[in-house]
Amino acid sequence: MLTRKEHISPLSVDNLTVAYQKNPVLRNITFEVTEGELIGIIGPNGAGKSTLIKAILGLQPTLTGQTLVYGKPYKTQRKLIGYVPQRESVDWDFPTNALDVVMMGRYGHLGLLRRPGAKEKAIAMECLAKVGMADYAGRQISQLSGGQQQRVFLARALAQDATLYFMDEPFAGVDAATEKAIITLLNELKRQGKTVLVVHHDLATVEQYFDSVMLLNGELVAFGPTRTTFTEQRLQEAYGGRLTFIKSSLSEQTEQTEQTAILSGTGR
Amino acid sequence: MLNLFTDPNLQWILVGSMLLGLSTGVIGTFAYLRKQSLIGDTLAHAALPGICIAFMLTGVKSIAFFMLGAIISGMIATVGISWITRHSRIKPDAAMGIVLSVFFGLGIVLLTQIQHSSYGNQSGLDKFLFGQAASMTANDVYTMMGVAVLLVIACALLFKEFKLISFDSGYARGLGFSVTTLEQLLLWLVTIAVVVGIQAVGVVLVAALLITPAVAARYWTDRLGMMTILSGLFGALSGALGTWISAGTENLPTGPLSVLTATAIFVASVLFGPRRGLVAKLVRRYSAKRDWEAAENVKQASGSPSSKKKEVSA
Repeated sequence: MLTRKEHISPLSVDNLTVAYQKNPVLRNITFEVTEGELIGIIGPNGAGKSTLIKAILGLQPTLTGQTLVYGKPYKTQRKLIGYVPQRESVDWDFPTNALDVVMMGRYGHLGLLRRPGAKEKAIAMECLAKVGMADYAGRQISQLSGGQQQRVFLARALAQDATLYFMDEPFAGVDAATEKAIITLLNELKRQGKTVLVVHHDLATVEQYFDSVMLLNGELVAFGPTRTTFTEQRLQEAYGGRLTFIKSSLSEQTEQTEQTAILSGTGR
Repeated sequence: MLNLFTDPNLQWILVGSMLLGLSTGVIGTFAYLRKQSLIGDTLAHAALPGICIAFMLTGVKSIAFFMLGAIISGMIATVGISWITRHSRIKPDAAMGIVLSVFFGLGIVLLTQIQHSSYGNQSGLDKFLFGQAASMTANDVYTMMGVAVLLVIACALLFKEFKLISFDSGYARGLGFSVTTLEQLLLWLVTIAVVVGIQAVGVVLVAALLITPAVAARYWTDRLGMMTILSGLFGALSGALGTWISAGTENLPTGPLSVLTATAIFVASVLFGPRRGLVAKLVRRYSAKRDWEAAENVKQASGSPSSKKKEVSA
């Protein structure tokens, strides 16, 4: 672990501010991630979680701030970055099949004009197999279930063969089987020494899934190892008075790591 | 009908209409999938001020100058649409509506100006605007051939890129593709196809040649490559049938007949498309219902004796 810290961080964000109109949605975000970790980004709706990812990826103009990927400007390091957008961001009635979508992950490596060939196809099939979707390679994408579509998106990111991954709510609206497939995959990526940032909504699974957690609410509330950062007090800070967080007492925790979070609207 | 194969004039028109249909069909696939079905209409109307300015500057009714003017003003219009959508919250359809009306309004002002001043005989202008496939000459056909080759090659070379930006432009940007440039290039290719189409079918109908073959093709396939090819073929077929019908009858215009043919192909596709078509859907629903009922009957037939047994034992 000590040697890792001497490495250049896969991602360092310095003083990032993003505004859609006049009001900043993200203010002065500064952090640095450790290589080989699964990092959960959590916070209430409108906290700027997706915006943070989009700003880092250059899909959203920023007011201030600098993003370094392995110590170099983001633009020169694009091939090291894999991205899983929200599933709703595309039209799934597009005339294409699952294999074809996964092959898009190779387009960045191919560059302009070069067409994908047998090699790209083989890589794409491999990635589909990794998410348990090999049997669906030829399936028109609109005929896949929501969970399957999410897995296709994951396979596409895998095909990018990146070392730093950004995933925007991969667990949103998927069934238990897909959730399990995704988390297996995340751990596999971690084993390979890759770093994954995941926008996440389900507070109950945070401790189970992530090494580090980032609490966001317009600004960075806290960022650090899940054990010390994912605390009731910090969550109150991030979610405000609207959150009643029932945390099982320490003695019970040995038996149950699961926690229950209840969002109640009684605050307002 | 026979004269279609003997009259050289008609042969030019036939080839020209087919090439036009092919070009608009191929490039229209991407316009349709990018949900820019209105783009044909917008660009056709945006061509008007360009045509008028070309005439005012040169004073001659030259198709070449008209097309040049139309392409330039069409390209400016596409830049306007992209700029509005990128720098405001205005959605593409509204941006296209705004650009369409501004350019067409300007065009009408210029056209009136031309009519009320001493620019000489401007009767050729409206012919260009409302299209006259029947007046197509060998030179026009060569132009169309050039345009068709350009569009098909561009779409073949940039197929992967156009597919990517049509499906998921945010992801394309993340991969490092210059989405803005690619989008603009695609729009310019559409502009060229539309401008060439105007002189054959006119400002209003060219939009139909751009979108109708693509929508029809979508009903027959789930692959983008096949859809692009089919759309081109449907476009070419519309042009050919339009010319054929117009050659066999008297005083029926070729361009509008091509559009009507494309519409007929579209209706046939909506009805008889293999998986998405209405007939296929009805058949599927009917057979599913029948299968389900049959299965239910079997279950009831085998299920009732066992339930009776249970009652007895209870």
